[in-house]
Amino acid sequence: MAKPLAALREVFKNLFTAPSTAGYPHAKACPDAGYRARIKYTPQLCVGCQLCVKNCPANAITITLLNPQDKPITGEDGKVTPPVRKFECKIDLTRCIFCAQCVDSCFKKALCSSQEFELASADKAALTDVTKAG
Amino acid sequence: MPKVIVPLGPQHPALKEPGNFTLMLEGEEIVDAALRLGYNHRGIEKAAESRNFIQAMYLIERVCGICSHAHATCYVTNVENICGLELPRRAQAIRVITGELERIHSHLLWLGVAAHEIGFDTLFMYSWRDREYIMDALETLSGNRVHYSINTIGGVRRDIGKEQIEDILKKLDLVESRTNYYIKLATQEPTLHARTMGVGKLPKEEALKRDACGPLLRASGVARDVRKDDPYLLYGELDFKVITSDACDVFGRVYVRVFEILESVKILRQVLNNMPQGPVSVKMPPKVPAGESVTRYEAPRGEDIHYVKTDGGVNPSRVKLRAPTLANFESVAYMLKGDQLADAPLIIAAIDPCFSCTDRMAVVDKLSGQSQIETFKDLRLKSIEHYKRKGIDFSKL
Ligand code: SF4
Ligand code: SF4
Repeated sequence: MAKPLAALREVFKNLFTAPSTAGYPHAKACPDAGYRARIKYTPQLCVGCQLCVKNCPANAITITLLNPQDKPITGEDGKVTPPVRKFECKIDLTRCIFCAQCVDSCFKKALCSSQEFELASADKAALTDVTKAG
Repeated sequence: MPKVIVPLGPQHPALKEPGNFTLMLEGEEIVDAALRLGYNHRGIEKAAESRNFIQAMYLIERVCGICSHAHATCYVTNVENICGLELPRRAQAIRVITGELERIHSHLLWLGVAAHEIGFDTLFMYSWRDREYIMDALETLSGNRVHYSINTIGGVRRDIGKEQIEDILKKLDLVESRTNYYIKLATQEPTLHARTMGVGKLPKEEALKRDACGPLLRASGVARDVRKDDPYLLYGELDFKVITSDACDVFGRVYVRVFEILESVKILRQVLNNMPQGPVSVKMPPKVPAGESVTRYEAPRGEDIHYVKTDGGVNPSRVKLRAPTLANFESVAYMLKGDQLADAPLIIAAIDPCFSCTDRMAVVDKLSGQSQIETFKDLRLKSIEHYKRKGIDFSKL
């Protein structure tokens, strides 16, 4: 049976309830702890295997070897200097789709996903995350 | 009475996607309709061939922003079939959970769009507000609201915890009570009846003849649902009904979708309360063997069909997909005929179209039978020429 204005009761009820929308940006938005946003890199853990680069669907990540001494060096006195391999990770935030596949690909846990989602910037340089080994 | 031709679209004919509908009117009545697609071609099938299997998965997921899980699952199932992987039951359960949450959110989204088309914006806002419960659940489950990326080849990427299960169950209670309210509203509200009953008629024979699928076909009285007809994942063991309606009009489509939400809630409760234990993924082999596979999946909008062919290399050698809108699009011209111009947006929206999933391009030379490859550059030049003939010069841009 047709009841005109059937939604009216609901409308009145909603007039006296708090808004359903969040107050963002005035109120802080808190994504879930498992939310995938900016990818963080720990250079000390990276071994430069390039697996993350291979599987990145957006070609957003690059890992570069900073110093060429990636083999042990034996000096004249027979002393062996162990290899020091330092890496730099560049993530292009304009390309990254925040799928976190790189996090899954990395078996050294050098990459992890954070909840930082406010990445917009008018400064172009801020749109590339560069993390180097110190 | 003289006939008038009205072009509807390509900009925003019913929703925020481009498609062109040329309507021939006699007074207010639509006497003929011609449809045109092709404004949103993205070349995803071709692009998938130049990516490895993992990269292609994320690309295929982006075929659609609403049925992202449907497309991704269809694709990974194909690759898993080719590799001969046996999916763990817990992974199957998590895929079902994500798929059914996706169905609920898609149907609530559609209800809002349909309400907006008939000018019932109150309902639009309520249904989209209630949809947020599901979006939040999806975010907790997968880490994103839209592109869940929960799948991986051989299973799923994240396990589901006890608290998450309880949280989703709580949200389902809320969604269920809200859906029951919408059902009550749909049976009582006279404006909704006036705008939907008898509009966009698609009789059963016509729907079958035009290969309609999904809620559109079920609203024409045909109980066809891949989850029942060709069960995949855990669906063969679950208890749920295929909702149909004999109304054959837009009201029937509202009916089918709203009751399907309740069925999805039922499925979700069964799965969440009886989660199988065990691992959530198996290892993907380092090399995908040569082979081919076809998979069907009941997406919220209808049947998705994916085909994947591999040649033992690192990339898929062919990916072909058919989204439900392509199947349902045929019926739109039929449904528009005989209706009022003002109902056209609603009729188009009632199939829940997704034009970007549907656009394909093929160059066929009928005389020589030769195929041809058109590069982006060729296509751009052609479009510049096309507009030049119409007096608009884009070549300087
Ligand atoms: S999150 Fe995805 S797109 Fe971004 S760098 Fe990692 S793999 Fe690439
Ligand atoms: S996968 Fe991990 S270890 Fe390998 S290069 Fe990438 S960040 Fe470094």
